[in-house]
Amino acid sequence: MYLCAQFSKDMQNDNKTIIEINNVSKFFGDKTALDHINLSIRKGEFVTILGPSGCGKTTLLRLIAGFQTASEGNICISGKEITQTPPHRRPVNTVFQKYALFPHLNVYDNIAFGLKLKKMPKQDMTRKVKAALKMVGMTDYEYRDVDSLSGGQQQRVAIARAIVNEPEVLLLDEPLAALDLKMRKDMQMELKEMHKRLGITFVYVTHDQEEALTLSDTIVVMSEGKIQQIGTPTDIYNEPINAFVADFIGESNILNGTMVKDKLVRFCGQEFECVDEGFGENAPVDVVIRPEDLYIFPVSDRAQLRGVVQSCIFKGVHYEMAVMCADYEIIVQDYHAFEVGSEVGLLVKPFDIHIMKKERTCNVFEGKVKDATHVEFLGCEFECAPIPSEKIPENGQPVRIEVDFDKVILQDDAEDGMLTGEVKFILYKGNHYHLTVLSDWDENVFVDTNDVWDDSDRVGITIRPQDIRVIV
Amino acid sequence: MQTYLWVLLLLLYAPIAIIIIYSFTESKVLGNWTGFSLKLYGSLLNTNAHHSLMNACINTVAIAVIAATVSTLLGSIAAIGIFNLKARNRKAMGFVNTIPILNGDIITGISLFLLFVSLGITQGFTTVVLAHITFCTPYVVLSVLPRLKQMNPNLYEAALDLGATPMQALWKVIIPEIRPGMISGFILALTISIDDFAVTVFTIGNQGLETLSTYIYADARKGGLTPELRPLSAIIFIVILVTLIVLNLRTDKKKQLQSQKTK
Repeated sequence: MYLCAQFSKDMQNDNKTIIEINNVSKFFGDKTALDHINLSIRKGEFVTILGPSGCGKTTLLRLIAGFQTASEGNICISGKEITQTPPHRRPVNTVFQKYALFPHLNVYDNIAFGLKLKKMPKQDMTRKVKAALKMVGMTDYEYRDVDSLSGGQQQRVAIARAIVNEPEVLLLDEPLAALDLKMRKDMQMELKEMHKRLGITFVYVTHDQEEALTLSDTIVVMSEGKIQQIGTPTDIYNEPINAFVADFIGESNILNGTMVKDKLVRFCGQEFECVDEGFGENAPVDVVIRPEDLYIFPVSDRAQLRGVVQSCIFKGVHYEMAVMCADYEIIVQDYHAFEVGSEVGLLVKPFDIHIMKKERTCNVFEGKVKDATHVEFLGCEFECAPIPSEKIPENGQPVRIEVDFDKVILQDDAEDGMLTGEVKFILYKGNHYHLTVLSDWDENVFVDTNDVWDDSDRVGITIRPQDIRVIV
Repeated sequence: MQTYLWVLLLLLYAPIAIIIIYSFTESKVLGNWTGFSLKLYGSLLNTNAHHSLMNACINTVAIAVIAATVSTLLGSIAAIGIFNLKARNRKAMGFVNTIPILNGDIITGISLFLLFVSLGITQGFTTVVLAHITFCTPYVVLSVLPRLKQMNPNLYEAALDLGATPMQALWKVIIPEIRPGMISGFILALTISIDDFAVTVFTIGNQGLETLSTYIYADARKGGLTPELRPLSAIIFIVILVTLIVLNLRTDKKKQLQSQKTK
């Protein structure tokens, strides 16, 4: 109760920025963990940083907490620059994934740890510890050994230990990841409730998209050290900015399409009305349709697409069906099941078709011309179609190299390729896979293929001479 | 199976049992039973009669306590340092740390002897203590490192996060966490130091300083063991036995308390 009174005063200064991250990058040796991050967090907000493992989300949190320092850029909290400030002088507290309670201290001493360091009088301390314990629903657990508590109880103590210091920002690093599903759901609700009561800013890191959608005011989607999208849960779900976000948040059908003109898009060999405009004529785009936005019914004239049901799985509330329309596999969710092998019609409303500009339409590399038939890029020398001598730039000026996605050949045996790489991200596009392969020289190669690869497969990469376009 | 166990235990404890049994008789020669007597214990405690033996005993304990304390400090700090190195360097340092342990005592003794001579240091109490610190420290490192590896890697950061300076975090969190490792390292160092002969004999010099091991060696060479060594061995054995039993009982009690709390 004491804590609540303290913070309700501050609630009036809403909308004020509390954390400001400007152009922050972090390098570990040659690896870039964070790449020019810009983010501002408002006071009192519940912000979730969401992304797959290795996307840099934990690194970003550790930079805010001060356990690591940024290689470039600066971070401000409450208007004070703290980029180089050591963690014990920052107005933030952290809740760790594996609780990190001090095993040699009991519950009371764990929670009082920060207050004791501040040399707080004993009476105030006892009162605050009790208030914090009450806040997390652990009254009367003061003198228990932390080892004797369950995972959920330990995490509650860890949260109490952090909030008792009345930080301006509470950082939570996947705090529920080690709990079982039921416990996790309960704790999610409690955290949200606690955030409301305390009124302090929460920065929450998770890889669980459902958790992010449930808890947050704002979601920051990250991938490969970059922020992909910032928005409210509804925005992120309904208007994903690119194919990665669409794929990561919820389930989606992601297809290659062409914007014929404003409000008309072509995919799966059909033209569809849509609501997007401003892409230009005949522009290549990514089309995203949520499985629950497709209507499925026995074939009739209303069908925009016709197909055959390939599989039908019961998912509890709904059925999930894969429908083969011409060449494309489309996932549909509906309350009614359709038999495997039956012919069905599909329909999608214009506003349920999400159009995204393609980030790229082919691989573009910077390279150097070695001689009339050789170019160097991606750290290797490639043979290419003969380049007319007048087009060879003098003194090794860099040139632009283009390679189509479907012209990059991947090999099982990494030794067979001209260079090697690791599959980082796989996107199913209805009739083919779009892979992101990180080459050993830290450059991404994008590949369209019909072959099935797994995440983090080691592959050999080969490009035939006639498929390399040298643009001077 | 049972018989095998008993035979094994008998073989293991027979020498100690014999020493203890024969400490209660007066005979000068081991193996001659001349009737029960406590005379040897009496003359052992009579410091005038066995002045040099008691002196050696005191020296041994003093050297062991100083060496074990210093090497526990050095070893714990070294272990924390090694633990915080990058994976490759940590492995390398771990390897470097095991070399002195695997190295023969004789080699360590000779090399220390040569070192002290070449530096022109007079050999005596100080050099023995220094030598013992040298070969005890790696054992402490070895018993502290596993505690650090078991520790939740976020503990130190959690302490900093709650406002502790790096020094406070070390004292209030890291040291309590590795304390059991430090204690077992200290006991290990203590026993190794008391036990040592090879290194001591090379670093003890010729100023008349004796430890138990060098005293017994010299005594045996003079012809026959002083009978008072029998009660002394018996006492040392009993002290160690009692210490071990007390330690074990204490950990048992702790475990019981903990399981009670869980209920």
